[in-house]
Amino acid sequence: MPESSVIEMQKNSRRKLGLPELLAPAGSLEKLKFAIHYGADAVYIGGQHYGLRSNADNFSFEEMEQGVAFARMYGAQVFVATNIYAHNEDLAGIADYLRELERVGISAIIAADPAIITMAQKFAPKLEVHLSTQQSTMNWMTVQFWKEEGIPRVVLAREVSMEDIIEIKQKVDIEIEAFIHGAMCSSFSGRCVLSNHFTDRDSNRGGCSQSCRWKYDLYDQEHRNIHPVDIEEEQFTMGSKDLGMIEHIPELIKSGIDSFKIEGRMKSIHYVATVVHAYRQAIDSYQQSPEAYITKPEWISEIMKAANRPLTTGFYYDTPDHDDHIYSGEDKVVEVEFTGVVLDYEPETGIAIVEQRNYFKQGQRIEFFGPEGVKFQQKINHMTDEHGTPISVARHPLQTIHIKVDQEVRKMDIMRKWS
Amino acid sequence: MNKPELVTTASSLEELQQLLDAGADAVIIGEQRYGMRLSGEFQLDMIQRAVTLAHEKSAKIYVAVTNIMNNDTIKSLPNYLHALERLRVDAIVFGDPSVLMVHKQIHSNLALHWNTEMTATNYSTANFWADRGASRAVLPRELNMEQIIEYRRNCKIEVQVQVHGLTNIYHSLRHLVGSYLERQSKPYEEGTYGLDKALYLVEAERQELIHPVYEDHNGTHIMSADDICMLENLPELIDGDIQSFKIEGLLKSVAYNVAVVQAYRAAIDQYSRDSSQYKENPEWLLSIQRLQDPRRELTYGFFYKEQVY
Repeated sequence: MPESSVIEMQKNSRRKLGLPELLAPAGSLEKLKFAIHYGADAVYIGGQHYGLRSNADNFSFEEMEQGVAFARMYGAQVFVATNIYAHNEDLAGIADYLRELERVGISAIIAADPAIITMAQKFAPKLEVHLSTQQSTMNWMTVQFWKEEGIPRVVLAREVSMEDIIEIKQKVDIEIEAFIHGAMCSSFSGRCVLSNHFTDRDSNRGGCSQSCRWKYDLYDQEHRNIHPVDIEEEQFTMGSKDLGMIEHIPELIKSGIDSFKIEGRMKSIHYVATVVHAYRQAIDSYQQSPEAYITKPEWISEIMKAANRPLTTGFYYDTPDHDDHIYSGEDKVVEVEFTGVVLDYEPETGIAIVEQRNYFKQGQRIEFFGPEGVKFQQKINHMTDEHGTPISVARHPLQTIHIKVDQEVRKMDIMRKWS
Repeated sequence: MNKPELVTTASSLEELQQLLDAGADAVIIGEQRYGMRLSGEFQLDMIQRAVTLAHEKSAKIYVAVTNIMNNDTIKSLPNYLHALERLRVDAIVFGDPSVLMVHKQIHSNLALHWNTEMTATNYSTANFWADRGASRAVLPRELNMEQIIEYRRNCKIEVQVQVHGLTNIYHSLRHLVGSYLERQSKPYEEGTYGLDKALYLVEAERQELIHPVYEDHNGTHIMSADDICMLENLPELIDGDIQSFKIEGLLKSVAYNVAVVQAYRAAIDQYSRDSSQYKENPEWLLSIQRLQDPRRELTYGFFYKEQVY
């Protein structure tokens, strides 16, 4: 990003008046930077405790400070998920933890458990408390209840319909956040202890082992397996397709939703950058001209380059049915692989300095893309290591590679290849 | 000496009468529109008769208003709560805060039992709901004994612990059985895969575990493969001052539920009379085991289990 536009943005929050916030996941400091650079108005991260992704590389307080400093350059905000349902023994450290979050400049926590909510209000009053989707909030009176408890924002359950969201926004003066993209629990979030039963892992404290995506046989009362007739290999599953609302941006904006949330703290920087960028373009395009707005096919094709699963509109328009679940494997739709990030560009030689993130080799078709319009494909004709020695394959993770590129690229642009 | 209440569920007025005769102190009933995972449907007229039957025996009727409510359902909540108060039910069980809002709005005097199933995991949160009017917290089934005892010790209100029966382990608003059948182009009509169909799921690598699954107005419910049975460890819970023991009667025969209530009734009565003289009667457990589905193990649930995350 050019220096001048950074300064311009510092004057105001990045979020534009009358438009929803685009809220992205960031599983690490690097992902935070990419999410924001590619267009997120705010990111949510996990700390070392009290979050629901105990497997993610969660942030230390020091990394949070760095993340907040980076976000401020863009006028963006950082939220922390403290969305576990605490057990008695978790309670003792929470107040200190929340004070630290406040100290390092976190704007809000996302919390479900009233024990955590009330502690934040008491001990870290500068932290906003956003009510997590784990509370399964589906109606306007419940939203009103939380408003009266001093909560400025409610993240609705994924089961709420578009019609009900509109009614909630009309009846209660409060910020509403809703998931618009990403993987989802097929149960009410929080109302599932499959992991506890199958693997002794506590799902509501971050130990979810995704048992809903396993395969099951369904039997009737005569103990007959209700077999698939024609598709022999398909078993019963609860696994859902991923939510994807890119084709419904105008309706989402008109509904009054204040924050569009993308799921995926465990996802790669490529995923986060790609998905954020597509929604950023869609929202900005609507802002420029609501009347002339159309969903651009390239936004969808971009999203599909990063998607792990086929997409559905969830509960927005109807209760999901057989088209919204994944019965045959995971239906891998990704054919594009994340291979590197641009560290720098030498205009005089046309060389991109790239950090390797996945194997690639000479002759391969690659694509560069970035948030400021960079997007082109080429073949790798010439590349060297950092000492200028020509190489034919880039096989070492994080190795610095020099690639001759057809067009100008910028720092933090992403390089992909077709698998 | 603490003498805990013995609360159970009923699928019909006939079962309710038999469970009261067997020694239940309270019975939880309700209807699907407002309550979750009930053994049977009790419309208001049936609730009225249930209250009469229970109050004749100085027992109580609790009505489940435990659903995760949407905008449509809350429209009729004020009338529903009014009606329940007029029928003199002894408490309502709630999870969704909209029920509290309505309760306040209509100045209801109904007692409030807080139950958010698996997410009611600590006493501090129970005390939050106590401060907003709840008089009882229903503990999740995934806590261990130590956590339960500490919960009770620090909780401002009564606590209820499930001591017997199956538990819900997954709840979705989706129609997952229907979706699967539709996927196979099989006929499917919403509402036809309820409790009476006795469907079950088996996970590929856990063939011995039989998980009941059913659909209703509230979506798809998957239940545990085991039945909790804390009969042998009841003294530990009574000494821990737990005020209410729940027997879950869902997906069980009336005869089974009667046997279970009788066994726990006998154990509680004997222990409360004189704990020093207490001796477990082997016939109590045997009477349950005789009627126990052989494919379903009686276990201690999570009472003595360590979980990681």
